[in-house]
Amino acid sequence: MFEAVAFYLFAFLTITMFLITVTTSQALYALTALASGMIFISAFFFILGADFLGAIQIVVYSGAVMALYAFGMMFFDTTREVKEKIGNKYLVYGMSVVSAVLIVIIFAVPMVADNVVPLYPVIDGAGNTQQVGLILFTKYLIPFEVAAIMLLVAMISGIILAGKKMDLSLTIMSDAEIRDIKEDKNKKVLS
Amino acid sequence: MMEIGLNHYLILSTILFAIGLIGVMRRKNLLLLFFATEILLNSVNIAFAAISHYYGDLTGQMFAFFVIAIAASEVAVGLGLLIVWHKRHGNIDLDSISTMKG
Repeated sequence: MFEAVAFYLFAFLTITMFLITVTTSQALYALTALASGMIFISAFFFILGADFLGAIQIVVYSGAVMALYAFGMMFFDTTREVKEKIGNKYLVYGMSVVSAVLIVIIFAVPMVADNVVPLYPVIDGAGNTQQVGLILFTKYLIPFEVAAIMLLVAMISGIILAGKKMDLSLTIMSDAEIRDIKEDKNKKVLS
Repeated sequence: MMEIGLNHYLILSTILFAIGLIGVMRRKNLLLLFFATEILLNSVNIAFAAISHYYGDLTGQMFAFFVIAIAASEVAVGLGLLIVWHKRHGNIDLDSISTMKG
């Protein structure tokens, strides 16, 4: 009973928030609606007993990703209204076909795989965080490390793309100007 | 109706995925296009967590973690590229990227 009420409440809230995100013409409304939708999604993880995943969802999405988007929006002109694509019929048809195929696949796969055997079953007498740690650091250690390296690469690329010479904007200068700056630097170093 | 099963979560995940697809198809601003991709990734995460719970298997949660990691790095790289593009062209509309002029 309680679970059903919570599920329907959070389903309604999540769908509403995400609909606002994809339909509004103000970028700031879209950002706030997306952030609240992420928090409501973490409620599903808590209902499903995946406590650690819910906490990670709040920390990573509402904390890190939304802060990153908020910083990114400072660079863009977000006060004006966002222009939209003029929808054509073929787009809508394609969209419906894709959604329908998706629904069929999502429903068919569990039914086909009804006799599925858990590969890494839930361990009795351990909390969710402990179970996650046991599986993550035994069976999924190499993907975990690869994900860590990927995050490192993403961090370095983000710093190099966005943070280098913020006042000079190397990307819009011609090659000759960049060469001049480099020579200037060398002179300063030499003198 | 009152008993929440796996299908409820899968239907919810489908609805959210459809919303994300609609956002991807009708948005012209690249920043809002990124928001729509976040919705897509999150809807898949719900399906992973639900299947993990109802089959008693922890693999679904593991994949949800990796999806979150990938989403975070995608945001970092994507926003860096968007800032570079905005410095060059002054806008982040999808139409200005459709030509491959340097």
